[in-house]
Amino acid sequence: MMKDWFKSGSPWIWLTASAVSVSLILVFGLILMIADRGLSHFWPKGLVELEYVERSGDTVTVAGEFHDTEVVSAERLKDAGFDVSDGEAFYERSLLKIGNRDVGGQDFKWILNKNIKQQNSPEKMLAAERREWGNFFGYLLAVKQEGQNIAEGEQAESALEERLARALELHDQIRDIEKNDIGAINHGMERLRLEQRALELNEENSPENLRVIDQERAEYQQQYDGLQQQLIDLYKKINRDSVVVKTAAGQQIEIPLAKIVRVYYPNAMSWFAKVFFYIEKIWEFVSDDPREANTEGGVFPAIFGTVMMVLIMSVMVTPFGVVAAVYLREYAKQGVLTRTIRIAVNNLAGVPSIVYGVFGLGFFVYFLGGNIDQLFFPEAAPSPTFGTPGILWSSLTLAILTVPVVIVATEEGLSRIPKAIREGSLALGATKAETLWRTVLPMASPAIMTGLILAIARAAGEVAPLMLVGVVKLAPSLPLDTNAPFLHLDRKFMHLGFHIYDVGFQSPNVEAARPLVYATALLLVVVIVVLNLTAIAIRNHLREKYRSLEH
Amino acid sequence: MNTESQETTPTHAIDIEALGRASAGVDLESAETCLEVKDLSLYYGEKQALYDINLKIPKQKVTAFIGPSGCGKSTLLRCMNRMNDLVDGTEIKGKLLLDDDDIYHKSVDVAELRRRVGMVFQKPNPFPKSIFENVAYGLRLQGINDRRTLDDVVERSLKRAALWDEVRDRLHDNALGLSGGQQQRLVIARAVAIEPEVLLLDEPASALDPISTLKIEELIYELKDKYTIVIVTHNMQQAARVSDCTAFLYMGKLIEFGDTNQLFTNPREKQTEDYITGRYG
Repeated sequence: MMKDWFKSGSPWIWLTASAVSVSLILVFGLILMIADRGLSHFWPKGLVELEYVERSGDTVTVAGEFHDTEVVSAERLKDAGFDVSDGEAFYERSLLKIGNRDVGGQDFKWILNKNIKQQNSPEKMLAAERREWGNFFGYLLAVKQEGQNIAEGEQAESALEERLARALELHDQIRDIEKNDIGAINHGMERLRLEQRALELNEENSPENLRVIDQERAEYQQQYDGLQQQLIDLYKKINRDSVVVKTAAGQQIEIPLAKIVRVYYPNAMSWFAKVFFYIEKIWEFVSDDPREANTEGGVFPAIFGTVMMVLIMSVMVTPFGVVAAVYLREYAKQGVLTRTIRIAVNNLAGVPSIVYGVFGLGFFVYFLGGNIDQLFFPEAAPSPTFGTPGILWSSLTLAILTVPVVIVATEEGLSRIPKAIREGSLALGATKAETLWRTVLPMASPAIMTGLILAIARAAGEVAPLMLVGVVKLAPSLPLDTNAPFLHLDRKFMHLGFHIYDVGFQSPNVEAARPLVYATALLLVVVIVVLNLTAIAIRNHLREKYRSLEH
Repeated sequence: MNTESQETTPTHAIDIEALGRASAGVDLESAETCLEVKDLSLYYGEKQALYDINLKIPKQKVTAFIGPSGCGKSTLLRCMNRMNDLVDGTEIKGKLLLDDDDIYHKSVDVAELRRRVGMVFQKPNPFPKSIFENVAYGLRLQGINDRRTLDDVVERSLKRAALWDEVRDRLHDNALGLSGGQQQRLVIARAVAIEPEVLLLDEPASALDPISTLKIEELIYELKDKYTIVIVTHNMQQAARVSDCTAFLYMGKLIEFGDTNQLFTNPREKQTEDYITGRYG
């Protein structure tokens, strides 16, 4: 009976099927975990106010959001100085996010659940997201204008809402001017400085030439002064209002509205309001710049940098890999040498990526970039233009990291083109090059796309080499903007993978940032999936176009 | 020549009269020569595939190569537009003259030669492009991109290949959507679009159904007033139906070459007779 079952081959089917199932479960489990941890971060948590007995025996009032619960042994608590005389072996404790870093110095506090004397969720309790010092939890007392109370109690809420909207509007204006207008002027001034330096270096700094530059510079300066005046006015306006709040412990502080991003009352929120809030937060996350050492706000520059780097890499790796594969497969004499080269190419894919990073830094950044600077940008010296890590060098480094994949896939594709098609083209008087260009390569394009898909999958997730050749924690400007020449390949950029590392391990407030790590990881997975799906869609389109030749 | 075989009527597998074909006999001595094969031997590495072939292919006639599988008839055909160059380790001795010029001379531009000597293969091999682009391919290679010229040539070529009426409304559809027979005619249209002097057909109907085969044969008949056609076939009826003269090859050697009527009704060689009466092959 058992023997028959073994003979039938069923055990193998079960074995292979369960291997597939386990892999699938692992992958989906991982993604689900990341999604759960990451996405739940944006949901507004309820605020609680606790009467809590500290280990010293004092009773204090604390407020915040519960983040985590764990079980600890009595031994540990005893060592920490808690009173554990009621003889339980284990106690529950909770992690409470108390915010108010400007008051208490800490964002989080462990609460021993048995020491909670009273717990309630006051409707009036307010949470404020600030541009610095993290969140504030407490109660609204009054709204002030130029130091004078103008609304208190019930009226304060509506006054705050109104004035906060105005402050946010002003903040947007300020940011727009600082980032775009002044950014453009700075870019122009820098260009003029380099032009003048170039004239000096070429000894063409005649008074006429210099006058032209001075004239332009004066124009910029005038524009700048105008903007500066506007900014002063705006700052004056935005600093007009402030709000007086009280912590759960009763301490009063005053927060200028210019420092507040949003204010909400989580305990009073309806379910719909929470959904709306959630969507708004997620949108902020994917579309906004980071704040507070990357632990708050959005990750848009990192998404942009990742996608752009992958695109530049694709543009560089495809022609290079295809040309190499064409030579290896179509022109080179097949023999020991080509076989050796092929093995070497395959092995290149197995070299640790940090090695490519070191190579990129040494060869691209210092050697190539340094020489480019000497030849083309002498006026910028001693500050480097291309002789410093940047998006171009990152893309190139990843391009050489992924080129073996493209070569192998392309070769595979070329070898699958039927001989009949090549002969058909040659018989019409085409040369080999014409046959390749007009018939063989288009037909091999789905295979080339497959190579590119694999290359993208590898490159988008790579972080280690990038840390050496261009990724930074915070890039002041995107590699693509409205200042000529629009595409700034010399700029450093942000990357989702590095963002995960930075927020998770280099941030001053790891506990607060942990959910963001999950959210960023999820986003990175989504970005890679989207890039891959796009490439797969293109490939399927090509496949359809050059579909089956067997007739 | 064996006088005895002229007197006794051999037991033919093919009744040449019944095929309903009235090809006038060809006098090979006086006919104008298009391609001349002179002492041609071909080696694939160590192995010799053709032995001292001597042959004069007459202009604007259909010449058929027959013989059992592996006898070298396709190899000989592929010598005529240097398709064998693509096979590594091929070595050729002897001469092949196209209008008195040796096509294996160093100075010959192979692409140019193939423009003059077109070829159609056993399996239809249209490019995965539109019908129009398939026919225009050879012209585009020559740098002709003028829309009107292309339109004209495509229409003329498709008409000549008797395909125009079937595809006129879907010129820009993918050629792979055509049936096998249509694809083969498309490939012929593609070959005639560049106005070659010689058209080499390598078993053009062997992958097709009987009706498509008939169409291809009619087409060959139509085309011979403009082109010199050389056709390889393993189907003797087909050779008898379409060709003016026939060459019989066996084991890499040319056994007999002559007027088709004469070769099928009255072969000079015993081996030829054995083959056409179906004793081997």
